[in-house]
Amino acid sequence: MIHAASLQDIKKYYFLMGETVKALRGVTFDVPQGDFLSIMGASGSGKSTLLNLLGCLDPPTSGHILLDGEDVSKMTDDELSEIRAKKIGFIFQAYNLIPQLTVLENIEVPLHYMGNVTPAMRLRCKELAEMVGLQDRLNHRSFQLSGGQQQRVGIARSLVNDPTFILADEPTGNLDTQTTDEILTILKDLNRAGKTIIIVTHEPDVGRQTKRIIRLRDGLIISDEPVLPSN
Amino acid sequence: MLYTWIRTFQLGFKSLMLHPMRSLLTILGIFIGVSSVIWLLAIGEGISRKSQEQIESLGATNIIARSVKPPDDTTANSRILIYGLTRYDFEKIMEGVPTIKDGFPIREIQQRITFREHVVDGRLVGCTPHYKDANSLQMARGSFLTDRDCQTKRNYCVLSANVAEELFSFENPLGKSVRVGRYIYVVTGVTKPKAASAAIGGSFSSQDYSRDIYIPIQTFWSEFGDRITTSRSGSRETTQIEINQITFQVHSIQEVHPTSELIKHILNQNHQGKEDWAVAVPLELLEQAQTTKMMFMLFMGLIAAISLAVGGIGIMNIMLATVTERTREIGIRRALGAKRSDIIRQFLAETVTLSVLGGLTGIFGGLTCGPITELIRWLLNHYFPSIMAQLPPLVSTMAPILVPWSIPLAFFISVSIGVIFGLYPASRAAAMDPIEALRHE
Repeated sequence: MIHAASLQDIKKYYFLMGETVKALRGVTFDVPQGDFLSIMGASGSGKSTLLNLLGCLDPPTSGHILLDGEDVSKMTDDELSEIRAKKIGFIFQAYNLIPQLTVLENIEVPLHYMGNVTPAMRLRCKELAEMVGLQDRLNHRSFQLSGGQQQRVGIARSLVNDPTFILADEPTGNLDTQTTDEILTILKDLNRAGKTIIIVTHEPDVGRQTKRIIRLRDGLIISDEPVLPSN
Repeated sequence: MLYTWIRTFQLGFKSLMLHPMRSLLTILGIFIGVSSVIWLLAIGEGISRKSQEQIESLGATNIIARSVKPPDDTTANSRILIYGLTRYDFEKIMEGVPTIKDGFPIREIQQRITFREHVVDGRLVGCTPHYKDANSLQMARGSFLTDRDCQTKRNYCVLSANVAEELFSFENPLGKSVRVGRYIYVVTGVTKPKAASAAIGGSFSSQDYSRDIYIPIQTFWSEFGDRITTSRSGSRETTQIEINQITFQVHSIQEVHPTSELIKHILNQNHQGKEDWAVAVPLELLEQAQTTKMMFMLFMGLIAAISLAVGGIGIMNIMLATVTERTREIGIRRALGAKRSDIIRQFLAETVTLSVLGGLTGIFGGLTCGPITELIRWLLNHYFPSIMAQLPPLVSTMAPILVPWSIPLAFFISVSIGVIFGLYPASRAAAMDPIEALRHE
């Protein structure tokens, strides 16, 4: 079976002014399709580095990363861009909407980098906006939206390219408890519908709502276990 | 593909509208650059066309010989100053140079012209009928001198508009007699007013036609002779000149240079090295003017290029600021799949939009060159007439002529500037590390 993502003995070292920082020191795990995984760890544990590698924003120092069966660890910058455009849906802690664009235009942004854009794809953007409950705000700009609404736009945007997996970086880090629940509900619904989702977070409450938690410390996995359904 | 570009430009426009004032000022820079290209070329063309016309009015197939007061001393001791072209020169040249089609001598002196109690100090010009066409004079009344008048040495004269008005005010001067020196002349015609011609190439001083009175040159010779005595500030001065100027005509432009060489040769022999004559060839002046025009255009182009470069630097400056400001957006787009080339395209589209807008408005600004020059001239004439009077006619009557190719050129330049000065900021944007860019606050 082909995994959505498969990491094999990933190491990532940074070289800073003659010193070697070992951010990841050999990480191996698979993300099966349909998984709902959270990666947790204190700051400095290497979870941001792992997120960047999974998001194809940075190549590993050694080891192999297979996305959808394709080895991305030795790809060029342009090839990685293409992988990001076609296979990965990003959700950010700070929402990262482009301020001069409207809600609908923000959702459409990934379309521009996917190559051929069909009218059906543009229609899909609207449907996605409806799905996250923003059908009334298509022409609003980001500063006119609340944090929760902005994150909904972010979720809709991450789905435009029908990605292999969604990569969410502290998606609820800037939200209050109630909005956090709303956002997590949307993500859970997406997972139930078959989407693979990877959340990087340091909030235990968030991790508990996923299916599986990988804990990192000092660049190594210290635990990888399923979340037991509470009660 | 087309769709992508349209999208890119739409987006570029949207991004520029984030800072309308900033974009407007940047466009202004290009606007000034492009307008100045068109303006400077038009003004350059206008001035050079004007000087060319003046030279052409002398006739490209003409060769002009003039008497020149020699640089003194050789005749300083004698009472009579004798110099210049002679009737002998004229005959010799007409006989000896087969390429010459025709020749027209002129004799001119300062004289007092009177009609009853009215007196005018004017310039008495002994000439042939050809003089009218050679100096593009037009008749207001009557007719100019005829060949018959010359052959029969008639005492006929033609007055310039000014002289006629001062002597006759409301009367009809035709058929009336005026007195010049000791002689009486019947007025057969009056010319229309003609503006003074500008000095050309140093060989010809500017010529004022407003106080002229024309008589047949044969009449002049037989009545006034060659010796003219003038009293100036108490001292009397007698000069003897037979001919002030001769205009020779040849059949074709090819004959101009050899003929002028031959004329110079003959004059050199006749005058035995005395430098009391000069030969000017309008064609040479014309060729010189062409070179001057090239230099002038080059110079104008240089100035315009500098102003365009300044505009381009303005664009670069703004785009560098924009790139820094939008680092995060660049990071987001990279994360969402944008390639480096996509980022370059996006920022290039913005600079090209700025420069094309600047270019289009600049072309519009360039087209206003004519009316605005007219307006400035009117304002200067109205408020600073003394300054305008001091300007040489070449400048004060200059009308800019739009050079057609300057418009596509200016547009092409403005787009190139957008691309050239936009590439560096755009490539800086594309070179950013997406992770760093995403972290940027």
